[in-house]
Amino acid sequence: MITEIIASIFIVSGLFFMFVGAVGLIRLPDLFTRMHATTKCDTLGAGLVLIGLMVYAGFTFLTLNLLMILGFIWLTNPTGAHYIAESAYIVDLKTDPRDKR
Amino acid sequence: MIGPVLVFAAVFLMATSFVVLWRAFRGPTVADRVVAIMAVATKTTVIIVLIAVYSDQKSYVNVALVYAMIGFVATIGAAKYLIKGKLD
Repeated sequence: MITEIIASIFIVSGLFFMFVGAVGLIRLPDLFTRMHATTKCDTLGAGLVLIGLMVYAGFTFLTLNLLMILGFIWLTNPTGAHYIAESAYIVDLKTDPRDKR
Repeated sequence: MIGPVLVFAAVFLMATSFVVLWRAFRGPTVADRVVAIMAVATKTTVIIVLIAVYSDQKSYVNVALVYAMIGFVATIGAAKYLIKGKLD
């Protein structure tokens, strides 16, 4: 009972961070600010949701699998964002003038 | 008791990934589209894990791990193609 309440709190706070990342991706004006918003918020949101599911699953084999996915996301998501930022900085992508935002 | 929370989380993440997909539809540059697809891949991984815990099928978690790997490889491939112009 108390475990499920704690897991629900973790999952709902992770959903909040995912929503903040989506709003930042839509509203922010530049590529690098969009990347900042979506990468950090997605990493934190996925981490909170998976931590909530680990709290719900208890000390089982499923927790080990979820921990592996969590470590993989925390390892690869900043790496991919860093590489995309480096490529956009090198290539110096021009924005389309038809785009208003 | 946690079942409705998991269903709400999955539906909410699906709606959020459709919102993100709008940026992939009209991103001004290529890198915007790649960032949006990376966010969709992370959200889809979490949705698959939620479905695995809700339906009590523990082998679905491996599907989420493979999906995260595929999203990472797609991101790295797109960024390298932007820099070098070829995939060597």
